[in-house]
Amino acid sequence: MHNKNITIALAGNPNSGKTTLFNNITGTRQKVGNWPGVTVEKKEGIVSKHGYDLKIVDLPGTYSLTPFSVEEIIARDYVLEECPDVLIDIIDASNLERSLYLATQLRETDCKVIFALNMADVARTRGLKIDAEKLSELLDLPVVFTIGNKNEGIDTLLQKAIELAESESEISQKRRVKYSKDIENSITKLQRSIEKKIAGKLPYNSRWTAIKLLEDDRIVKERVVQKAGDNGQDIIQEIQELRKKLIDRFHEEPEMVMTDERYGFIAGIIKEVLTTSQKNRIDISRNIDLVLTHRFIGFPIFIFFIWAMFQLTFSLGAYPMDWIDMGVGGISALFESFLPDSLLKDLLINGIIAGVGSVIIFLPNILILFFCIALFEDTGYMARAAFLMDKIMHLIGLHGKSFIPMLMGFGCSVPAVIATRTLESEKDRILTILITPFMSCSAKLPVYIILAGTFFSAKAGTVIFAIYIFGIIAAFISGRLFRFTLLKGADAPFVMELPPYRAPMLKSVLIHMWDRGKMFLKKMGGIILIGSVVIWALSAFPRNIQYSVDYSAEIAGVNALYEAEIKTAARTADSFGMKSIEEEREAAISKIKLAQDAEKMEKSFMGRIGKKFAPLFAPLGIDWRGGVALLTGFVAKEIVVSTMGILYAAEEEEEDALQKTIISSGMTPLSALSMMIFVLLYLPCIATIAAIKHETGSLKWMFFSIAYTTSLAWVAAFCVYQGGRLIGLN
Amino acid sequence: MLLSEMKEGQTGIIVHVGGNGALRRRILEMGLINGTEIYVEKYAPLKDPLELILKGYHISLRVEEAAQITVDNVVNSLKENLR
Repeated sequence: MHNKNITIALAGNPNSGKTTLFNNITGTRQKVGNWPGVTVEKKEGIVSKHGYDLKIVDLPGTYSLTPFSVEEIIARDYVLEECPDVLIDIIDASNLERSLYLATQLRETDCKVIFALNMADVARTRGLKIDAEKLSELLDLPVVFTIGNKNEGIDTLLQKAIELAESESEISQKRRVKYSKDIENSITKLQRSIEKKIAGKLPYNSRWTAIKLLEDDRIVKERVVQKAGDNGQDIIQEIQELRKKLIDRFHEEPEMVMTDERYGFIAGIIKEVLTTSQKNRIDISRNIDLVLTHRFIGFPIFIFFIWAMFQLTFSLGAYPMDWIDMGVGGISALFESFLPDSLLKDLLINGIIAGVGSVIIFLPNILILFFCIALFEDTGYMARAAFLMDKIMHLIGLHGKSFIPMLMGFGCSVPAVIATRTLESEKDRILTILITPFMSCSAKLPVYIILAGTFFSAKAGTVIFAIYIFGIIAAFISGRLFRFTLLKGADAPFVMELPPYRAPMLKSVLIHMWDRGKMFLKKMGGIILIGSVVIWALSAFPRNIQYSVDYSAEIAGVNALYEAEIKTAARTADSFGMKSIEEEREAAISKIKLAQDAEKMEKSFMGRIGKKFAPLFAPLGIDWRGGVALLTGFVAKEIVVSTMGILYAAEEEEEDALQKTIISSGMTPLSALSMMIFVLLYLPCIATIAAIKHETGSLKWMFFSIAYTTSLAWVAAFCVYQGGRLIGLN
Repeated sequence: MLLSEMKEGQTGIIVHVGGNGALRRRILEMGLINGTEIYVEKYAPLKDPLELILKGYHISLRVEEAAQITVDNVVNSLKENLR
């Protein structure tokens, strides 16, 4: 027999302990996805309790049902359109007054609502006593005390929720907010007229609709007009008339008056249910803030935390990265020895394993980083970080929270782009994603080291530092540019709650970390796999290259040449001489092979494309080999160095061979600088591009990012190279 | 007096919230409505934004946002007296 299904949605303010409660109810049986069309996480879980299958949906945390942010629109649409069987409003008991604002709005919908007075223990230690029975009576709904992080009261809560879902009783209308006479009259009037004009087709309950229309709610208005058909214009006109009357009456827009009156209604409830004793009012959280946001030591501590996060992510992460690297190397060596030489083998080893390997190597970084970020978020420190940094970030029109992802960009752009999820405003998120790649990631460093080390030897450090600074400047200028053009509009306001500090729960932090890590593996895997295979194919084809020299004949020649010598050595039993002869032979052969690899690369599709692009790179002082190296950098920036190694036919054994050959190829300090600038700014690697696609949810922004970064790189490198030549540098 | 002119450790009563549109609405919805008592907990190290306590919780606003809010009855207050 199947259990009966009940859908329960969890609503509540941010920081009300909603997610903790959700994690405790569903445990690991939860599914994380995205709400359709947006990058807000959607969490669902199914549990069997008391003979029912309960589907629990975690709605985004919101302060009200006004469509102010994406989260609020999602939460509202869900409540109104999916109609969960029961809606649990999770209320921070220590913050009752403000929490009730959302509660009164939820009460205005047709949903069956139940209150969970969460963090009851915190409220008690703060000297707050809540009369739950009275509250339940006043609002005519069940109220349950819970302590989410101690798993208390949750069973009762679910039981009450099931009872409520099964009860036949109509939702009572009487315990709703009653507005002042003029507003109530307007509501009733509008309610009647929409009931008449769009009877039966009305998407939501008519009183709620009338209230929202009076509040000039854009989304509700659009939907009502759509349903009303021919009557749409009439309704709009009626709304405008009613609003005008109310504005004349109150000298204030109706939505403001209604907000005021809701708080008035709440104040009445608070007076009856809440008693405050002045005892035990030691506010630990406030004392912590005396230190962490202190005028002088606040910043040093912040910098320390960021430094520690960086260290953990990239130093601690280096160990598992090595293991993964070894594992991948081991697997490819295994295939190398077992499979016969073939195209398939080449694809498997150099395309798929190498490509996927280059991605999962980031997994430790990402897991550690998200562990740290989850820790910052769950303790409440993230809000303080934004509080400290907001002034600086506001200069580019960003919110203080954008600082963390941008900083992470110095390590790796992939987790940095994913970290923008912590930003609430969609525009902020896109803007941050667009400028984060200019924070020079660690994979670009080997390229700078080779180029700066070769051409600026003593001043290499200064040059590399200047490159980093140049990236930051590019990010700031681009940020301001976008803010005034593409992503115009008011900055996200900084009306931000600073929640009390809380001890993080390991379970929550781990769930958080794993969710994001899993998402990374799943979504990135596909795109990167395809990309790696394409790049591999471009460098592996065509197969039948007409070499300018018959390399195998040369190798055979070398072998033959040494054959005789080896034989002589063997006859005289001169083992030392034989060894050195064999070494000589190996060296000669590897030299030929290197030349062959270079020619193979040159004649592959990749090489041909590189040569086609050569005229584009020429004004930047970069020859076709540099161009091909830059193209392969699309897979991962480190590869630029190894491609250069192949193309300039440097011998791997020699330490500074690459540097020598680069110099002999005619590259100058100026063109090296130009190439470094290009590497700094041009298109991000494929993993980052996949992350951009995923996080912005649009191909448009992905292509924009590719086009913008690459053209900026070209222009900047052009200015550096040509400008430098003009003033006589080389 | 404007909220942005208040000093750390002062309390005041909101008498008017200016500004427009969504931002103003959000400020009101967070409980910064006329007649609410607010306490200026601190300014950020770079003097912007500032942290307030009202209705028993902490909130931060930018100075430019605080400049839209008019307050009255501004007095120096002991933190312990705040509710």
